[in-house]
Amino acid sequence: MPLLQIAQLSKRYGTDKYALEGIDFTVDTGEFVAIIGPSGAGKSTLLRCINHMIPMSSGDVVFADASTKSFNATQLRAHRTQIGMIFQHYNLVNRLSVIENVLHGRLGYKSTVAGVMGWYSNAEKQQAVEILQSLGLSEQMYKRCDQLSGGQKQRVGIARALIQNPKLLLCDEPIASLDPSAAKIIMDTLKDINQRLGITIIVNLHQVDVAMRYAQRIIGINSGKIVCDAAPDAITPTIIHEVYGSEAGELILDFGEQYAQA
Amino acid sequence: MQPTTTIIVRPWNAATLILRITIISLVIITGYAFTTFNTRGVDFWAGVDMLGSNFSALLLTPYLKNITFDVMVHNLFITIGLGFLTTIFGAAIALGLALLAAQNLAPRWLTIIIKGLTAFVRAVPTVLWVLIFAVSAGLGSVAAVLGMTFHSAGYLIKAYSESFEEIDNGTNEAHKASGANWLQIVFKAVLTSSATALLSWTFLRFEINFSTAIAMGAAAGAGGIGYDMFMASGFYLNLHEMGAFTYAVLAFAIVLEAGATRYKASLSK
Amino acid sequence: MHKLDFFTQKRLSFGLFVMVLIVLTYATIIFTEYNVAKGFTSIPKAVRWATANFYPDAAAIKKLPAILAKLSDTILMSVASATVASFFAFFVAIFGAQTTRINVWFSVFARGIATVFRNIDVSAWALILLFSFGQSSFTGYFALFFVTFGFMVRVLIETIDEVSTDSVEALRATGASYFAIITQSVIPSCLPQLVSWVLFMIETNIRSATLVGILTGTGIGYSFDIYYKSLNYNAASLVIVVIVISVSAIEAVSNWIRRAVL
Repeated sequence: MPLLQIAQLSKRYGTDKYALEGIDFTVDTGEFVAIIGPSGAGKSTLLRCINHMIPMSSGDVVFADASTKSFNATQLRAHRTQIGMIFQHYNLVNRLSVIENVLHGRLGYKSTVAGVMGWYSNAEKQQAVEILQSLGLSEQMYKRCDQLSGGQKQRVGIARALIQNPKLLLCDEPIASLDPSAAKIIMDTLKDINQRLGITIIVNLHQVDVAMRYAQRIIGINSGKIVCDAAPDAITPTIIHEVYGSEAGELILDFGEQYAQA
Repeated sequence: MQPTTTIIVRPWNAATLILRITIISLVIITGYAFTTFNTRGVDFWAGVDMLGSNFSALLLTPYLKNITFDVMVHNLFITIGLGFLTTIFGAAIALGLALLAAQNLAPRWLTIIIKGLTAFVRAVPTVLWVLIFAVSAGLGSVAAVLGMTFHSAGYLIKAYSESFEEIDNGTNEAHKASGANWLQIVFKAVLTSSATALLSWTFLRFEINFSTAIAMGAAAGAGGIGYDMFMASGFYLNLHEMGAFTYAVLAFAIVLEAGATRYKASLSK
Repeated sequence: MHKLDFFTQKRLSFGLFVMVLIVLTYATIIFTEYNVAKGFTSIPKAVRWATANFYPDAAAIKKLPAILAKLSDTILMSVASATVASFFAFFVAIFGAQTTRINVWFSVFARGIATVFRNIDVSAWALILLFSFGQSSFTGYFALFFVTFGFMVRVLIETIDEVSTDSVEALRATGASYFAIITQSVIPSCLPQLVSWVLFMIETNIRSATLVGILTGTGIGYSFDIYYKSLNYNAASLVIVVIVISVSAIEAVSNWIRRAVL
């Protein structure tokens, strides 16, 4: 069953050249999709067009059978509550406690007054505690976010997305600022969320080897266009070369190593 | 974990506590301050009412009456000149003394003495320095330049010495190890690596000194456009003329600020 | 022609810079008719005069209560103007900052107003406001208020764009409403900086208030002016001592608060 349909999506900043051009793909419920491509290819823009953080220039995003093209402000907020987002720089309010940052994920469901005052129900607080427990952060609950390590901050980011009870998680370079062991924990967590909770995941990555190991499907983007869309085992060095162009040499080396390990 | 009925969301800590106490104190002091205002029989609301018509006279119908345009421009440049002169003098004094006030360049007892003295110099408002010098030099540009130079030097010694202290100590160590003496270290390592910081502090001080030069013209007989403003306000009671001066001053201040912003932007590139 | 090497070129451009400064300084001295010789001879004269006459004596100490009362007027006015102006400036800064603005034109307008307010010197404001409020405390209060407002709008716009851009993006992605984003993310991340800037403006305003007081006949500036003009230098020096102590004390308290909250 398709959860998300991207139809002829294009994005142009001012009169510059197209950041995205004629993007077309469908994501089914429960899929784990990785989007790869060189920096500046349009991965971040694509992700942000899905929840309208960046307005698209033409085309449509159909989410849960609803066209989102002409949503008004209220519909847009409701649309965003169903989609969790995870960022490279975690985007937490550093001076607030971990649990408060997690509860921010509930703001989309609140009336303006309750949101402004930060009133959360006991059930919401209880859920926040449970999510933090499941991510191994119970002890950090009352710490300020600026006292956490990068990997812990990213798990708080994931908790904030999960408390939205989302149908879809958009992850924009979630491990780009992390060391390898923290990156592995984050990717394992995402995989677990995908399998255990059945939440659909779209993740932007620049490490091809990580994409190959975790995703069920890989979409390659270059200069705002889809270059490939296939299962990991169908991805060959030639395809990688097509996605990354001149940057590819080093990546193909990684690619070979990964096969050597396997 | 047991399901608890109350889960705290915003835990207290020292930082939030002090932050709140500070904000509450400021609000209370502010509220109290309004009860102590000396109205001298001026009706607040009548004043506010007049403010609108006064602003429109000031900003919409500026014209000159008691001096010509040429004289106004001349006086504006006198004020700019006073600001420039005191910045240069202050910077020259500060450059020497800041080296003796930086903890990584001078003995500790010396830095403490100089920093203490400059803290005292800065704590006294510029206008009071000018008036103090005016007793022996007479009210006028000499007293204004001396007083403003004094305060500028105090300010720049602090700023410069802090810039020197931020320099990576490794650079100094390397030069020391290569057998360079104190003066060589100062010229080769310290001044070159902090040059941009010194320049931006000096420029900032020039902006301040331009404003101060206006104020000294108005309050301490230093001449320039500040004196013209003082006369328009206190003697001729002419808001339209005041408006012309305000535009003149504003134009130069905005040029200065735009220059500073562009300089900063070019540094961060 | 020989091409100059890097160091020679650098030394030359530095030499040129110093030359230009010297010429400019000399030209300015002539233009402003500043008497350099008198300037130099005045310094030892001033020192001799100050050591002989400028110290508080027993008669001056008797004036201490009156001086302290005026000092408290000045401090109260500085705190009130800094606090109220910062409160308004925060709202305008929210509408003016790139991260949180609603409308580009309002943002341009907010920045423009702030530029005008802070670039008219406080003494000029006082002279302008004398027309509306005469020799009352309101004149000084509004002069300090306008300058503080202009300054605070600028620094708070910078602070908001620097500190809260990331977390605002994250909260928008959860579907939170505009006002909830302000209270839950922008305010908690910017408040410590805001308070730090308010404290800075209080210090600045106390110095400016002394000057404004001379022009409008209020506060500690007025006390100094009266003693000074009646040649009571002992009492005038006591005013200076009192100002130095209070400015230093306020600076110390502010620094302590800054260290605790930032």
